Amino acid sequence: MTMLKIENLHARVEGREILKGLSLTVNAGEVHAIMGPNGAGKSTLGNVLSGRDGYEVTEGTVSYNGVDLLTLAPEARAAAGVFLAFQYPVEIPGVNNTYFLRAALNAQRKVRGEKELDSMQFLKLVREKLKVMQISDELLHRAVNEGFSGGEKKRNEIFQMAVLEPQLAILDETDSGLDIDALKQVAQGVNTLRSPHRAFLMITHYQRLLDYVVPDFVHVLADGRIVESGDKSLALKLEEHGYADIGAGAAA
Amino acid sequence: MSQPARLPLFESLLEASLPSSGIAWLDAARQENLQAFAEGGLPDTRVEAWKYTALRALGQRRFATVDTAAAAATVDPARLALPGVDGMRLVFVNGVFSAELSRLDDMPAGVTLQPLSQALRGDSEALRFSLSRHYREPGDAFARINAASARDGVVLRVAAGVRIARPVQLVFVGAATGSELAWHARNVIELAEGAELSLVEQHLGGDEANQLATLVCDVEVRAGARLQLALLQNAASGCNLIRRSSLRLHAGAEVGMHVLELGGALVRHDLQAELIGDAARLHTRGVFMPHGRQHMDTQLAIRHQALNTTSNSTWRGVASDRARGVFRGAIVVAPGADGSDASLGNKNLLLSASAEIDTKPELEIYADEVKAAHGATVGQLDERSLFYLRSRGMVLAEARALLTAAFCRAMLDDLPNEPLREHLSTLLLDQLPMA
Repeated sequence: MTMLKIENLHARVEGREILKGLSLTVNAGEVHAIMGPNGAGKSTLGNVLSGRDGYEVTEGTVSYNGVDLLTLAPEARAAAGVFLAFQYPVEIPGVNNTYFLRAALNAQRKVRGEKELDSMQFLKLVREKLKVMQISDELLHRAVNEGFSGGEKKRNEIFQMAVLEPQLAILDETDSGLDIDALKQVAQGVNTLRSPHRAFLMITHYQRLLDYVVPDFVHVLADGRIVESGDKSLALKLEEHGYADIGAGAAA
Repeated sequence: MSQPARLPLFESLLEASLPSSGIAWLDAARQENLQAFAEGGLPDTRVEAWKYTALRALGQRRFATVDTAAAAATVDPARLALPGVDGMRLVFVNGVFSAELSRLDDMPAGVTLQPLSQALRGDSEALRFSLSRHYREPGDAFARINAASARDGVVLRVAAGVRIARPVQLVFVGAATGSELAWHARNVIELAEGAELSLVEQHLGGDEANQLATLVCDVEVRAGARLQLALLQNAASGCNLIRRSSLRLHAGAEVGMHVLELGGALVRHDLQAELIGDAARLHTRGVFMPHGRQHMDTQLAIRHQALNTTSNSTWRGVASDRARGVFRGAIVVAPGADGSDASLGNKNLLLSASAEIDTKPELEIYADEVKAAHGATVGQLDERSLFYLRSRGMVLAEARALLTAAFCRAMLDDLPNEPLREHLSTLLLDQLPMA
């Protein structure tokens, strides 16, 4: 079943066109990797899909479960099941991680007409997720991302994803800056969450993550468009030959 | 200085003459301060310390100074309760001591806590130094009228080496009387050598109270003494509160102060601290949160006058609606105060386009080997943080409230009294326009 349908998407940042006619279809249960050189528009795609200010869509459509995603506020997208794991998770001093996550989850549940969780119910849920994600509960007592190492921040993103249980998870360079152990841990978290009802969009520069989270599809994004698509072997080809001779075939 | 304008406010305050106290030096001091007020008038915005706080509107009103002991009956004692604060309590209603609302039994040995009106009937000579002060600065009008007109206030003394575990509470209630009322209170607080005390000063009021209140508070912290001082200003929305605290810290004295400015109409706080003994330490944290049409002006002035003294001050302001905040933080490191360490920071948030905050840090250093840092900013909430919270499902208003609350609450992090800290955090949250 089609979950996300992006057609001919054009988007600007600060007056400069970054996405130039991007089209992509993602079905429930699939894992798509979006690869490409720096400046191709990878992060812009994640930001446009999650509704960040300053990204102006000038043309094209994004349909998510039959709804026009681009008309929704960021929080409405979250409540509808869209999750962005940030490339640079934001530090928020003075806001406790657990408090924040419960408030976020309950805000989403409220929109969906579900009963809000009290602190006991929430704690139970969090304990389960920590166990599955193999994350220490020490993370919970700190302020959101404050003083976290790079690896801790990325793991915290995956942990939030586990608690919020989105339908469409967009991972924006979640692998960048991770050592191999942290990478494996993040990958294991993602694999645990794979399900027939959930889709992943993994934005990455390197194919390293794809050794641990095997994608169903790999797309190459160059100059604001998808120029080549294939299965996981495309990622290996990129690893071998680089991005230099990609796109020539698609443009023809 | 030019001839003071005969504003209605000025004239109404001038009419307030006290009956003779029966103490010659006190009557003389009152008379001299009244005279100084009459000659100096009210400061206008040409006086540097009043540059951002204009008295034009307030100046058109008349506030009558009358005896209002009867108003005490209208105060619900439950409103005075503060979590984590269960020691002695001294309560004033419209500047008049209320024995019914106060809690003065179980006074520990080594502590004197009584209303000024009673203290003057006893050994008044002990108060002579404090109450004979003359105020000479052009901006001192309200200190002068306070010295001339205050009939009551707090006298609190802790003897050498005495440590008081339970926080002492001072409460000033502004109760509605149906007329525009002026009242004045004068506090004299002294911790002798090595004494320890935790003190909470609270201002609150009924919604209908239209008042002008002045409060002058002298705090002497002798060598090695330690004072924790929390100020919760939650006065009625019709109450204009003009307050001055003067602290003197002797050698090795330590003062930790937390200020929360929430209520009132026009609120002015002159907080002056002199570090006169070697290695004295002052730590201040404050939050001012004007909303509606409130005007809050904090003037912090710290003088390092001895060797190796330390002051560390962080203040935050949040202004919403059409409110105005003013912060001036001045640090002077005097000649000879070598080895001093002074830091002062003031960050502010504007939550609406019509709100305004003026902040001005000042640093003057006349000594050697000094560490000093200061800075001030005015801004909006961080867009990246807002988006992060929203991307997780929080609605915009909730995300704003959460970030603003965190910004303010950080000022309470090191308040040692946990139940009080939690209570003040809740008050902060309640004050936020989007909460």
